[in-house]
Amino acid sequence: MSRGREVSFAALAGLVFALGLGLAGMTQPSKVVGFLDVTGDWDPSLAFVMGGAIAVHLTAYRFLRSRGRPLVASRFQLPTRSDIDLSLVLGAAIFGVGWGLGGYCPGPALVSAGALQKPALIFLAAMAAGMVVQHLLARTPQPAKNGDTLESRTAAETKA
Amino acid sequence: MNHFTPVASLLGGLLIGLAATIVLAVHGKVAGISGIFGGLLQRGAGDRPFRFAFVGGLVVGGAILGIVAPSLLPSASASSPPIWLVVGAGLLVGFGTRMGGGCTSGHGVCGLSRFSRRSLVATVTFMLTGGITAFLAHRFGGAS
Repeated sequence: MSRGREVSFAALAGLVFALGLGLAGMTQPSKVVGFLDVTGDWDPSLAFVMGGAIAVHLTAYRFLRSRGRPLVASRFQLPTRSDIDLSLVLGAAIFGVGWGLGGYCPGPALVSAGALQKPALIFLAAMAAGMVVQHLLARTPQPAKNGDTLESRTAAETKA
Repeated sequence: MNHFTPVASLLGGLLIGLAATIVLAVHGKVAGISGIFGGLLQRGAGDRPFRFAFVGGLVVGGAILGIVAPSLLPSASASSPPIWLVVGAGLLVGFGTRMGGGCTSGHGVCGLSRFSRRSLVATVTFMLTGGITAFLAHRFGGAS
């Protein structure tokens, strides 16, 4: 396992992701809002983004899972939870409201901030603040759950 | 103002799927942007080199887009929503994605590709509240 390879592939993935988001139209908030609001002058383009991304990733996932282990890690670290809890639904609902208001989800916000788009830089700073607030609130005692997503697992490790 | 761009959007989607596949094949992880970025703002979250490199790739990719394909980004002269709205939206997106354990990439692309029940519920939920919000903002707020 080489750290160099791990880091360069991560950077490559981020780069390809950014170009994909840009080409897809996700870095244009007005286009995103025009997709989310189906009652207006609806632009269905972004359905093609998710369709294309899932077509590739679903195929790759099936193939890769049957092959044992990833290239530089000893095992796959994929979420195993299947319970539907309040944080999942409420969190997703809150995210959706912010997405519908601003037209940015986290990826396009980072990409557009890289292009020094002023609203995206402001959005990104606020998004980071919102994340930190959530991290602080989530640290109040609550039963830790095992087999969580990668993200929440690291959160649980912090608590432990 | 917005044109229907099925081909570019499909190609962009294929690249996004490819990027998520690199992360899965090489690192064995979910390419969830809110989680990878959020971990950088959280004490004790591991994999910092991976997180920095991936987020760095996104930001550098944005810089490249800004230079070679500025038409993919709103022009500086385009009317942007008021600052309070941008700040409010950012706070909600940051808080909500961390509370719900993912965003459009982690739940929407990676989760749905794995037929995850949680990701399906999350994706339907944020699409629904996103749609309602965009509708209300458009009708009553004049925000867009």
